[in-house]
Amino acid sequence: MSLAHDARVAVRPATATQRAARTWPEINNPAAWVVAAILLIMPLIASGFFLIEIFATTLILGTMALSLMFLAGYGGMVSLMQLTIAGFSAYMVAVFGVSGNANISLGWPWWLAVPMALALATAFGTLGGALAVRTEGIYTIMITLAIGAAFYYFTNQNWAIFNGHTGINTVATPHFWGVNWRADIPFYYIVLAVAALCYFAVEYISRAPFGLALQGVRDNPRRMAALGFNVNAHRIAAYAFASFVAALAGVLQVWNYRQISPGSVSVGACIDVLIIAVVGGITRPIGPFIGALIFVLLRTFALDFLVRLGLDGNRFRLLIGLGFLAIVFWSSDGVIGLWQRWRQSQHKSANRAGGGRGHG
Amino acid sequence: MDSVAQRLSAVGAGAALELRGVTRLFGALAALTDITITVRPGERRAVLGSNGAGKTTLFNCITGDFPPSSGTIRFFGEDVTHFPPYERIRRGLRRTYQISALFPGLTVQDNVYLACRGVSRGRFSFLRPGQNDALMHAADNLVQAVHLSAVKDQRVAELAHGQQRQLEIALALAGAPRFVLFDEPAAGLSPTERAELIEILTSLPAHIGYIIIEHDMDVALRVVESVTMMHNGRIFKEGLPEEIQSDPEVQELYLGGGHE
Repeated sequence: MSLAHDARVAVRPATATQRAARTWPEINNPAAWVVAAILLIMPLIASGFFLIEIFATTLILGTMALSLMFLAGYGGMVSLMQLTIAGFSAYMVAVFGVSGNANISLGWPWWLAVPMALALATAFGTLGGALAVRTEGIYTIMITLAIGAAFYYFTNQNWAIFNGHTGINTVATPHFWGVNWRADIPFYYIVLAVAALCYFAVEYISRAPFGLALQGVRDNPRRMAALGFNVNAHRIAAYAFASFVAALAGVLQVWNYRQISPGSVSVGACIDVLIIAVVGGITRPIGPFIGALIFVLLRTFALDFLVRLGLDGNRFRLLIGLGFLAIVFWSSDGVIGLWQRWRQSQHKSANRAGGGRGHG
Repeated sequence: MDSVAQRLSAVGAGAALELRGVTRLFGALAALTDITITVRPGERRAVLGSNGAGKTTLFNCITGDFPPSSGTIRFFGEDVTHFPPYERIRRGLRRTYQISALFPGLTVQDNVYLACRGVSRGRFSFLRPGQNDALMHAADNLVQAVHLSAVKDQRVAELAHGQQRQLEIALALAGAPRFVLFDEPAAGLSPTERAELIEILTSLPAHIGYIIIEHDMDVALRVVESVTMMHNGRIFKEGLPEEIQSDPEVQELYLGGGHE
């Protein structure tokens, strides 16, 4: 014991610097600073169309996919209900807030309706998670898919709260301090702030005891129990956190489109979130945002491209599907995995070249 | 090592572990039949027996990985028969696995840190440990105690087999263990690594008792003071190491290879 005690003094400075470097890898990465700067000055560069239809939409979808990345990448739980939780949150904003459907909406101000929506959606996701954690692997996927499908059909058929297949339209967006926060530029900054907050929260928690324990649960749940962890409680807590992230994205989504209908919570849309996360990569929180950008760009521009080739423009899903297949076959950790391997090979060949020169 | 009597008097009376009539069925197959064992605090015992004798199943029943089909298990006087594994661990029980059960995606340091966190408060903490975090230091010390400081920032998937076995032991010694179950800790170790293992086991604080499953009699008999011999899910013999070693029936089972 005393031996270990003395050695600690020598060990501390080294580990402290290593840990600081490990804590926020972005700080030492110039590319991350460039991306952050571009995102901040985006309104100066991009037109209103690009700002909202491409970048804000990417960030909203990316945040939904981030909630799946947190569960799947750190917890090993593939949940197909993350979009459903976002959609539930969106519906709740419309139901408690102000909308064109005065017979349904309660007309609360946004600063009451939003916390209510977040709380209810988080509770909904946590309950779904409590059901799902009793299963593993494909059964988790099936249960969460069943919850998503059930919610979709329920919204279609329920008129008292969800207004059936027409959904809730003309949802009011916040106006305060003399600013219309749904105008393109203010809305872009709201979305950027929420997405950045969620991204850094996930990144931070991945190294906190809760996130580390979640990764332990992913790697070996039985051993985690044999170390004193209540594995199911940990998994349910992970669902609660991921549900909150998805619920935030849902609020942004309903403000973005100003309406919510069953089409937005369909099973196909649930699976889109999975595709976004897998294509981008579920090993790191940046993956879902890259996947979302690819998805949104394809969805927006593949139509023109395909028509030019003489194909039906609606076949953009074919392109996404092929991309998905390619990723699953060749890079199980998504686009960021491809990027990392490319960087490593560059690094190696650079080292080799440098070494050669040294000898010569 | 101190004499057995000295060490046992230091930790007082009462049983650390008490199994009464523990039976475990897998379908119609009885993996354990009517096991009754009492182990004193600080006692160090080997469980011997051929493959399929029920040794690992015995461990699984004690930790709750598989609950027993019938019988009771008491840990320091408390009936833990129906406790989930994590409740038993929080009371000071620890175990290692025959096939290393580690977290391959995490670093050595993080593996040990999780072990330390699992038996203390703040398992759900959203705050990262600071530089002066007590558990981080506890983890550093444990990593050092099993000679893994050089590889502490490597992912476990990249470790050699012997290093993984050492990490397996470190995970079981986190916090304040009162009783440890070692499941073939020497499996696949080189002679040097075996010597290190024996040193780690014999230098454990006197109040920590353990049961060790070990096929290598040279290792087993050097680190224990009592032996339980199992056969076909039952206790076959109990006694001092010398008695068991010289017992003709045990020799028949071990050397003659009889039924297997």
